[in-house]
Parts: sequence; structure tokens; C-alpha cells
Amino acid sequence: MGLPERKRTATEARLAGLTLPTGGWAEPARRDALSRVTAMGLPQRRDEYWKYTRPDSLLDPEPPRAALLEQGGELVFESMDRLKIVFVDGVFDPEASDALELEGVTIDRLADARDADIHWAKDFYGVLEARGQTPVERPFAAMNTAFATDGVIIHVTGKPSKPISLIYIHRSEHSDAILHHVVRVDRDAEATILENGPAAARFNKCMEIDIADGGILHHVRAQGRDHERRAVTHVFARLGRDSVFKSFTLSVNGVLTRNECVIELTGDDAIAHVAGACVGDGDFHHDDTVFVTHDAVNCESRQVFKKVLRNGATGVFQGKILVKEGAQKTDGYQISQSLLLDEDSQFLAKPELEIYADDVACSHGSTSGAIDEDALFYLRSRGVPHGTATDLLTLAFLAEAVQEVEDEALAKDIISRLENWLARRR
Amino acid sequence: MLEIKDLNVKLEEEDKEILKGVNLSVEAGKVHAIMGPNGSGKSTLSYVLSGKDGYEVTGGSAVMDGVDLLELEPEERAAAGLFLAFQYPVEIPGVGNMTFLRTAVNAQRKARGQDEMSAADFLKLVRARAKELKIDAEMLKRPVNVGFSGGEKKRNEILQMAMLEPKMCILDETDSGLDVDAMKLVADGVNALRSEGRGFLVITHYQRLLDHIKPDVVHIMADGRIVKSGGPELALEVENNGYADILAEVA
Ligand SMILES: Nc1ncnc2c1ncn2[C@@H]1O[C@H](COP(=O)(O)OP(=O)(O)OP(=O)(O)O)[C@@H](O)[C@H]1O
Ligand SMILES: [Mg+2]
Repeated sequence: MGLPERKRTATEARLAGLTLPTGGWAEPARRDALSRVTAMGLPQRRDEYWKYTRPDSLLDPEPPRAALLEQGGELVFESMDRLKIVFVDGVFDPEASDALELEGVTIDRLADARDADIHWAKDFYGVLEARGQTPVERPFAAMNTAFATDGVIIHVTGKPSKPISLIYIHRSEHSDAILHHVVRVDRDAEATILENGPAAARFNKCMEIDIADGGILHHVRAQGRDHERRAVTHVFARLGRDSVFKSFTLSVNGVLTRNECVIELTGDDAIAHVAGACVGDGDFHHDDTVFVTHDAVNCESRQVFKKVLRNGATGVFQGKILVKEGAQKTDGYQISQSLLLDEDSQFLAKPELEIYADDVACSHGSTSGAIDEDALFYLRSRGVPHGTATDLLTLAFLAEAVQEVEDEALAKDIISRLENWLARRR
Repeated sequence: MLEIKDLNVKLEEEDKEILKGVNLSVEAGKVHAIMGPNGSGKSTLSYVLSGKDGYEVTGGSAVMDGVDLLELEPEERAAAGLFLAFQYPVEIPGVGNMTFLRTAVNAQRKARGQDEMSAADFLKLVRARAKELKIDAEMLKRPVNVGFSGGEKKRNEILQMAMLEPKMCILDETDSGLDVDAMKLVADGVNALRSEGRGFLVITHYQRLLDHIKPDVVHIMADGRIVKSGGPELALEVENNGYADILAEVA
């Protein structure tokens, strides 16, 4: 059972430049992941799951150059009280980070945890990623588990008073970063994890999240700034009974972003919301690929993705709800919409439902449209200038996704980013 | 205040003439009413005056206080003091009514070189005006016109008019869909704004609104033209006999 020649060579070429970190309990998990990725092979342009997004630049042995943005203005989340964990081009920066101490959570650097004889993460590292390989293969995630050079292990045991904020700084035009985080939320514990920053010229990030019964995790991320960056990211989340996972991603700029989110509802009455708002201009390409599996009774899942595209930007959404046998009373909702600000932009969507239970309520919808001319005229007839009116309607379009951010201060911050982005393009 | 001369308008997309030489002038301080059969071009006139896309002016002019309206963008016409209460107010999901009102008020002030209204002053004003129109605070928080009843939408139009204090107000069938009490509220709202410096053009099918808002002049529009003008008694004639006699008389 061999891979097609092209795929095998491309995979070998990409992996050849990487070194598998050795030592500690992580090594066997990494070796397993390496066998997974060599068996699957890295994605090729013809692969069905990569139909709308070209993986080529993620496969090149060397990352394409990504210019650094002249940093102007305050970064997102800046004014929030949070525990900062900083990575520069994919390397943990202890100087720039806060002490990894906060009541209700323990945080270790992956490299440190690995060398501890006994560590809870031993039974978690790579586990959800491996589970997430069926029914659809996600080779970049297996590659990540094998070769990740850094990352943090976050164990939420209580209710930390402030968010844990992962900040990804991009400083080298040729950096190629692979980060792997593991998050475990204990029974009835609750935390917020923030992520922001361009990270590297090319970034492969994987986050495995295990939420025990009654646990709650809020995840808010902002991918932005340096336009030439490329990223492939994976979130793997497993939810226990009565647990809640809410994830929101803001994406601004970026020539290539592929965000995969794989969620498994394994305990009854769990709730998972994944949402995204993205705004793209020109050679922007943004792909949200979501796979939600209902494997318990009375769970709720929501996928809300909104994309604003202009000047030839491309948005992709592949979203699936899989309801397994016995997952009765499932409430599944999925919406993906694009607002095309001109005729050159395009939105490619593949919404899917697969249901093996009979007592479920699932709905999905996907639309693509332009600014509502009647609404625009109505606003203008009240004296609102064309540009302001367009921005108002654009923000209104994004609102359903942004509303998924529960924390008001965070939501405000995100809206102001969007406003600025729009204002800069008027 | 508003001078419309021989205005000819066709659809941009097709060769269909809708307004065929409209002549009309509304003086400051006066209320003019337009009545006329369905499809005669009343809404089209109001849209063309406020600058909606899709129409092509093939001849004539529309001037407000010396300003050529047809040269301006819709927002510039608004800032110059023109207001249209829509026959079918538009729903705008995701834009809060309050945000919308404040953006509009401040955009107009800015265009006129005035300072923006402070949040506190604005709130005070909008609350007072809303109260007069029996629009509750809840409605102000909701997205623009979304889920509003027909009558609520119309009252919301009048609220916008009261907030923007335009000099030339066009009301396109603001009475349709209103219950008797709401009609009274709307009429009171309009009457409260009546002043020497302000003109009104009230498009309606019914005498009832004109009982409350006494017009100075009534025009009959048919097939894209003003075919007859007269005093308030003209509206009564329409109410009693329909358009047949009038149309026959001018044919
Ligand atoms: N955008 C358009 N496309 C096609 N036809 C149009 C358009 N706008 C107006 N018309 C036509 O122009 C004519 C005048 O329409 P208008 O809405 O101005 O009439 P009205 O006098 O306001 O009628 P009503 O009393 O029913 O409101 C109608 O025949 C209408 O179908
Ligand atoms: Mg009409």
C-alpha cells in the first residue's frame, strides 16, 4: 500500500528538513505521529479535502518569505489584564512572557513537561489529533505532533481570574514555526484562552483541548497583520458531559490561512460553538474547515462563519456536522456566508450534514451576496455617507459571528479591529 | 423651497418612461399633498428627488432652496435638508436603531460644519421624541425596522424625521397601514414640525390623513404628470368620486 509517487516525494522532501525532537515521554507519541504522516502523505492539490486551497506553499521545504508589517498601533487584546505567553517566530520567549503562574491553572512549556517522569499530558499529547484523523485525514496535524518544537501544556483546575494569552510574534521573514499546545479543562473548571499574532512566515499550529464534565473553555483568537504569512492550524476538542467550548477567530489579512477545527461531543448536554469573522483584501485566501461530531444525547453545536471579501480575495468554508447513531436530540446549526464587495472575489463553500439518528434538529445554510442596495440607499438617504454606510452594513453582516464572543470587552476590541480595517480601505 | 420643472424620468435598465414632465413647487411653510392612482409615479418622484439608483433623468430639474438636487449624492441631499419617509421602510439586520439614528444625525451635522451631538444630548433628544410618538425604548435598541410592525415602521420614519429636522419633508404613504390612533400620532408628529421654514410633500391615497394634516394644496398625479391641482376640496372629491371624473376632465 504505497502513496502515489508525487505525494510520497513531496512528503519526504518536506519532512527531510525537519528534526524530530527526542527525549521524554513525548518521543513515542511523536514517532507514532511521524508514522501517521508518512503513511498518509501530506496534502496535494488534487486531494478532495484540499480542493479549494492549494497546499503547495505549505509543502515547500523552505517557507516563502513573509515581509514584516510596520507595526503600527496597539495590538489586539493589549489593554486586557491577561497572563501573557509570548512566542517569537515559534520560540517561547520567557523574557517577554509573564511568569507562568496563575491560580486555577498550571502551565508548563512542552519541553519542560516532556522531561518530567510523570506528567498528565503524557496521556494527551497527540491523542486527540490521532482520533481526529478519521474519517478525514489531517496530515499537517500529524506532522505537527511529530515535529512541534515548542508549545505549552495548560491544565485548568479552577477558574483563573484572567485569560491565558498566547502571543505569536513574527520577527524573521523566513521563519517556519511549528507549535503544539495541549489544554485540559478539569471538571467544572473554566478558563479563557486568547491567541493573537502573525507568528511566523509560515506557521503550523495544533491545539488539543480536552474538556471534562461541566468544564468551560472560551477560545478567542485573532490572526492578522503581516499579510504575506501562511498558516495551517488545527483545533481538536473533545467535550465531556455538560461542558461548553466556544471558539471564535478573527482573521484579517493573510495570503494563506487554513483553520481546521475538529470537535467531538462525547458527553450528553454539551455545547460547542465555533465561529469566525474574516475580512480579506486582494490575494487573501482564507479557509475554515470544520468537522463537528455528535456522539452523545442532547448536545448543541453551532458553526457561524462570515467572510468579507474584496479585490479578488478568496474565502473557503468546508463544514460538516456528523450525528452518530444514538446522538438523539442533537441541535446542530451551521451557517456560512460571504459578503462580496466586488465581482472579483469568490467564496467556495461545502456545507455537509451526515445524520444517523432520527430525533435531531439540524440546519445549515450558505450564502454569498453583495451589499444590500436598498439598505445602502436607506442609510444614505438619512445622510450617512456612502463609505460609512457600507462599513455599517459590513459590520452588521459580521455581527452574528462576532456575537459568539461572550466577553463584552473582547467583542468590543474585535469590532474596533474590524472598523479600523474597513476605515483603512475606504 | 422645492421647485420641480418639467421632470422627465425613465428607468435606467429599460426604455420605460415613468415621469413625463412633472411640474410642482412647494413653498416654505406649506403642505402640499399628492394623490393619484396606483402606479402613476408618486413613489418614483420621491425616489428620484432623494437620489435612488436605477432611474435616469432625461429632462427637467429639481431645485431645493437654490441647490440643484439632481447633482448631489443621496447623503448630500439629506444634509442639504431633504427627507423622505419611505413607503416601504427598509429592514437592516445587525444595525441598531439607536446607532443608525446617531450616525445619521452626526453625519448631517458634520456635513453642515456643525459639531457632533454629544451622546448624552442625543439620548435625551431621542428619548423625548420617541416618547411623543409612543415608540418604546425597546424598539430603539432593536435593529433598524427588523421585526417592527407596519405601523411601527411608519412611526420610526417620523421619529427619524423629527431627529433630523429637515427643511423639506416628503412623506410617501406614511398613513398606510396605520391604525386610527397611530395615524393621529403621526399627524401630530408632522404638525409639530410644521413651521415657516419647512415644506411638506405628503403622498397619500386617503382623505383621513389630510383631516389631521391640513394641506394647503392638493395635486393629482396620473401617468407621470401632475394633471390637476387645487385646494383641500380636491382630496374630498377624490375620496367621494374616485379618479374617473378628474381623469376624464383632463384627458
Ligand atoms: N425599478 C423599477 N422597475 C420597474 N418598474 C418600475 C420601477 N420603478 C417604478 N416602476 C414602475 O413605474 C410605475 C410608477 O411606480 P410608482 O411606484 O412610482 O407608483 P406610485 O404612484 O407610487 O404607486 P402606488 O400608489 O401603488 O404606490 C409603475 O408602473 C411601476 O411598476
Ligand atoms: Mg408608491
